[in-house]
Amino acid sequence: MNAWLTQHLSALQGAWQRLAASPLNTVLSLLVIGIALTLPAAGVVVLDNLRQAAAGVASTQQISVFLSPEASRKEATEMESRLRQEVSGSIVFVPREDALKRLQGTAGMAELVASLPRNPLPDAFIVEPRNAAPEQLEALAKTLSAWPKVAHVQLDSAWIKRFDAFLRLGRLAVLLLAAAFAAALVAVTFNTIRLQILAQADEIEVAKLIGATDGFIRRPYYYFGALQGILGGLIAMLLVSAAVAVLSGPVSQLASLYATAFRLHGLGLDHSLLLLGVGALLGWLGAQLSVGLYLRQIEPK
Amino acid sequence: MISFSAVHKRYPTGYEALRGVSFDIEAGELVFITGHSGAGKTTLCKLAAAIERPTSGSVVVNGQNLAALRKSAIPYVRRNFGLVFQDQKLLFDRTVLDNVLLPLAIVGLSPKEAGKRARAALDKVGLLEREKANPIALSGGEQQRLAIARAVVNRPAILLADEPTANLDTDSAGEVMELFKAFHQVGVTVILATHDTQWVRHLNPRVLWVEHGQVRAPGERPEGQA
Repeated sequence: MNAWLTQHLSALQGAWQRLAASPLNTVLSLLVIGIALTLPAAGVVVLDNLRQAAAGVASTQQISVFLSPEASRKEATEMESRLRQEVSGSIVFVPREDALKRLQGTAGMAELVASLPRNPLPDAFIVEPRNAAPEQLEALAKTLSAWPKVAHVQLDSAWIKRFDAFLRLGRLAVLLLAAAFAAALVAVTFNTIRLQILAQADEIEVAKLIGATDGFIRRPYYYFGALQGILGGLIAMLLVSAAVAVLSGPVSQLASLYATAFRLHGLGLDHSLLLLGVGALLGWLGAQLSVGLYLRQIEPK
Repeated sequence: MISFSAVHKRYPTGYEALRGVSFDIEAGELVFITGHSGAGKTTLCKLAAAIERPTSGSVVVNGQNLAALRKSAIPYVRRNFGLVFQDQKLLFDRTVLDNVLLPLAIVGLSPKEAGKRARAALDKVGLLEREKANPIALSGGEQQRLAIARAVVNRPAILLADEPTANLDTDSAGEVMELFKAFHQVGVTVILATHDTQWVRHLNPRVLWVEHGQVRAPGERPEGQA
C-alpha cells in the first residue's frame, strides 16, 4: 500500500513538474483545451436558459373556450361551475358585451364595430390551468371542446411544440459539437504526451530494462493528461462564467421589457463538476492512447 | 538459479544467434560468458534477463520458465537482476544520484529510504561525492561504476553485466572488475559477458565459452583461450 501510494504521489508530482517545466507550452495547450470545452459548455448554458425561459412563458398558457351563440347566461354560469370543479387554475368569464367593448378599444376597430347590426361575439371563458405542460393543455382542450354549448376551443400550443423541437435540435447540435471538441481535446493531449514521450524515450527504455512495469511508465502521463484536462475544464468554467456575467445585465433588461423576471444563470455545480470530470477523462484517454501506442511500438517482437 | 535448456534464438531478420544452448548457473557463482564478438554472448544475457524471448527451448530463472510467463510478469523477473550494459544506458539529463534512485522509484521505496540506499550504493562504488554531478561529467570508468551502483541499489540476487569493461582503459577496467569481485564475495551471483579474457586468470570464475551460437564445454575451448 505504501509503495502504491508512493508511486502515485511521485507520478502526480512528476506530472505537475512537467506542466511547470514548459509554461508557455502548457498555457497554450490549456487554452486550446479550455476553448474546446467552452463551446459545448456554453451551448449547454444557452439551452438550459432557453428551457427555463420557455417554462416561464409556458406557465401563462391560456385556453379560450367560446360558447355557442345560443348558450344562455344560466348555461354559462353552470359551465363555469363545472370548469372550476374540473380544472385547477384561473378561470375568467368574459361576457360577449365585455368582449365587444375590448374589440372597440382596439385601434382601428371602433368604426367597424359600430357598423355591426348586432354583437357577433360569443361568451367565453379564459382558462389558465396550473399544469401548463403542452400535452396536458392539449388533452384539456380536447375534453372541453366535447362539452355541450361549446362552439370552439382555442389553444395556441403550436409554438411550444416548435420551441420544444428547437430545444431538442439544439441539444443534438451541442452533443455533436461536444463530440467533435472532445476528439480535438484527445488529439491535443495525445500529441502533447507523444512529444514528451519522445523526449523521454531513453528514460522509458532504461526503466523498462531494469524492471519498470507498463503501469509505472504510463502513470505520470495519465496524471499529466488528467491534470491538463481538469485545468482546461477550469478555464472553460471561467470563460463561461465571464460570458454569463457580461450578458446577464442586458438579458435581464430585455426580460423586463417582456414583463418577466427572467435571470440568466451560468453553469451549476453539477455541470461544473461534469465539465471537470469530462476534461479529466478525455485527458486521461489521450494519454492512454499515446503511451499505449508507444509501448506497443517498443515491445520486442 | 538460471537454467538454459536447448535454447534457440532466431531474430526476425533470420539471424540465428543461439543454437541449442544448455547450461545451469547456481546461486553465488561467478560466471564469465566469453567468446568473440557476435558469438551470442549479448543474446544470452538478454534471454536470461527476459529482454528477449527464446525462439525455442526454455530459460528458467528462480524456478520460473520465462517463455511461459505473461508479459505483465516480466518486469518482476527483471528485478531479480542488476543489469550493467556495455553502453551504461545512463540518463544524462539527471544527476548521478537521480540515476541511482530510478530503480528504487520503480519498486516504490519512500523518498527518504531511497535516498539512504542510493547514497550507500554510490559510496560503495566511490561516487558519493559526485552525487549532484551530471553523468556526462564523469569519466568512462566512473560512468561504468555509476551503472554498477544503479544495478546493485535494489540488492538483486544476480548481477548481470554485458561487456562492462569494453570501453575502459586497463586501470578503470580493473576497478570495475574489483567491484564485481566484491559483490560476488558477499554472495551475489555475478555473470559477466566479455570478450576480454585477461580477467579470467585474475578472478578465477567459471567460464562458459560461446562460439557460433553454442556454448562449448571447457575441453572444447580453442587453444589459447581461457
